[in-house]
Amino acid sequence: MKELARENYLAPGHNACPGCGVSIAVRLILRAIGNNVIVVSPTGCLETFTSPYGMSAWEVPWVHSLFENAPAVASGIEAALQYKGNPDTQVVVIGGDGATFDIGLGSLSGMLERNHNILYICYDNEAYMNTGIQRSSATPLGASTATTPVGSKSYGEALPKKNMLTFALAHNIEYVASAAIAYPRDLMNKVKRGLDVKGAAYLHVITPCTLGWGFEPDETIELSRLGVQAGIFPLVEYENGELTGVRKIKELKPVKEYLSSQKRFSHLEEAEYEKVKESIKEMVRQNVKKYGLLEQ
Amino acid sequence: MQGSIAVAETIGALEPGVIGVYPITPQTHIVEHLARLVANGAINSRYINADSEFSAASILYGAASAGVRSYSASSSQGLLLMTEVIFNMAGTRLPGVFSAVNRSLSPPINIQVDHQDTMTLRDSGLIQIYVENIQEAVDTHVQIYRIAEDREVLLPAMVCMDGWIISHAYEPVTLWREDAIKEFAGSYDPPFKVDPRKPLTYGALTDDDRITEFKYMVDSALCRAEDKIVQAAELFREEFGNFHGDVVEKYYTEDARIIIVAMGSVVGTIKEAVDRLRAGGKKVGLLKIRSFRPFPAAAVKELLRGAEMAIVIDRSFSASAGGILGSEIKANLYHQNGPVLFNYIAGIGGRELYPHSIMEIVQESETAFTKDCVPDGAVFYNLNEELL
Repeated sequence: MKELARENYLAPGHNACPGCGVSIAVRLILRAIGNNVIVVSPTGCLETFTSPYGMSAWEVPWVHSLFENAPAVASGIEAALQYKGNPDTQVVVIGGDGATFDIGLGSLSGMLERNHNILYICYDNEAYMNTGIQRSSATPLGASTATTPVGSKSYGEALPKKNMLTFALAHNIEYVASAAIAYPRDLMNKVKRGLDVKGAAYLHVITPCTLGWGFEPDETIELSRLGVQAGIFPLVEYENGELTGVRKIKELKPVKEYLSSQKRFSHLEEAEYEKVKESIKEMVRQNVKKYGLLEQ
Repeated sequence: MQGSIAVAETIGALEPGVIGVYPITPQTHIVEHLARLVANGAINSRYINADSEFSAASILYGAASAGVRSYSASSSQGLLLMTEVIFNMAGTRLPGVFSAVNRSLSPPINIQVDHQDTMTLRDSGLIQIYVENIQEAVDTHVQIYRIAEDREVLLPAMVCMDGWIISHAYEPVTLWREDAIKEFAGSYDPPFKVDPRKPLTYGALTDDDRITEFKYMVDSALCRAEDKIVQAAELFREEFGNFHGDVVEKYYTEDARIIIVAMGSVVGTIKEAVDRLRAGGKKVGLLKIRSFRPFPAAAVKELLRGAEMAIVIDRSFSASAGGILGSEIKANLYHQNGPVLFNYIAGIGGRELYPHSIMEIVQESETAFTKDCVPDGAVFYNLNEELL
């Protein structure tokens, strides 16, 4: 892809917060897809900020049914298109981490296992941001949220983040990848690759959230890049279960820099939370080893 | 032929484009038979083994939004798991069709019939028709698509057939020619569907400035379905000869002093009881509620007006508030010099109701009526006090 397409199928004037990572991701995703698509979204930030009645931002057909059923609704649409003999129209789900990791997990598993011709894209802002920053199973260790607040007996989220790439891979689907908005060409290429697959594909996109993570609206892209370069969010690609692509890092940025740039981790500066920080660093070491993140 | 197979053959002949399934007893024979039809190439439907009833219903949502006719069947807990989706289909006016093979709800776990499962869906905007026997189950499945998919209606619809008594019983049944019922059902041609050539947004967010109007439109669409049910029943009688009632069926109601009100397979038992009571000179009649949603308010009012006593037999109840059908009939008769109303909760979890059970209920009610000691609320029929 030499030139970025200029089409914009997510109209401006929607209600996303300034600096919203999701709106940036979705604009890029739709540019990569084009307009011969039906998009299904579960309840969540994206649904809320794009679809006030009479003010839809969607320039492509878009369906929102419930929080936990987008993959099944998409399955029904895909089956209907096949029944009608219209296999060229793409069916894409774009859903948040709450819908993906938690409440819609069963429905997602069913869709992936049945191998519908659907690209599932998770925009991951690492908590239930739409309802006011409650933890999801995508919330990282140590993060303070409305339901994992820091207190005398709590250092924030006590559990490590669920690994959705491994979950997707367990369904033996052809294509599984992760992407970040700081790398738009990579993101768009992965969307296109996911669409090329004749069957289910899973793409995980990290979308920093100014409110939930606690940073300034003009820092969204930088934070996305920092997460990748600190080894927190490896950008990888699996084809037929094999790791075939890894975005290498020249020099690993310090985890401390990533944590200290966000209010949700600000309590970790205290010496008493050294163990938590050590666990996060250990996770990065594992990522580096597992994916071979560092350039040799 | 077995009830489930007769229904599956009928749905197969109508060939919905997308079938979403998840197994639960006693519904399974229907979807198993449809699976065989697909496996043998007899029908061209996309048959999707879903990961739950919730997803099965959601698959219907997707298919209907893309303009394709869809079908599923379920029972009991499965219907409750579908509940959120069914409200959602009604709210976005998507007409998927469901067979509900009625079964009790847990706990205690029980696989026998009552109506608690489907009655729990009554506030959703779903069309619900309760059938009495296998032939009516077949004929109602032929009628249901044209009702649900009518542009003035566009709502999900459910044919409710009692588990085992209808689904697993064998009765002589007439199945109809495929081309004839396909023509009767018509084609699903919604005014809106998801289509990249004409991008539309489905399931938008609304505030208090618009939501009441959307809810009102669901309510009025369901009300409009009443005429469509009547028309479908009449047209079916013209073309196929069978008639099982429209929104209601009357059985000796004209001169009846006592009218029993009920739905589902127990109606057949009550007809037998009415025959026996009539033979003994008692002026008893039966009002079968065929369409519970839309609720046939005018017909109920009209038919019960002249009776002295109405006895509603309920196979479901709203805890602390009485039988569900009984409560609705009672509300319907308010401000009217109608009959004295008796409400029995009976036949729960498959507990058998015989003609003599019905005759006993009539006798008991008459005695209470004569002595002027009508029970305040609903009565659980035939409770075994030793178990309480």
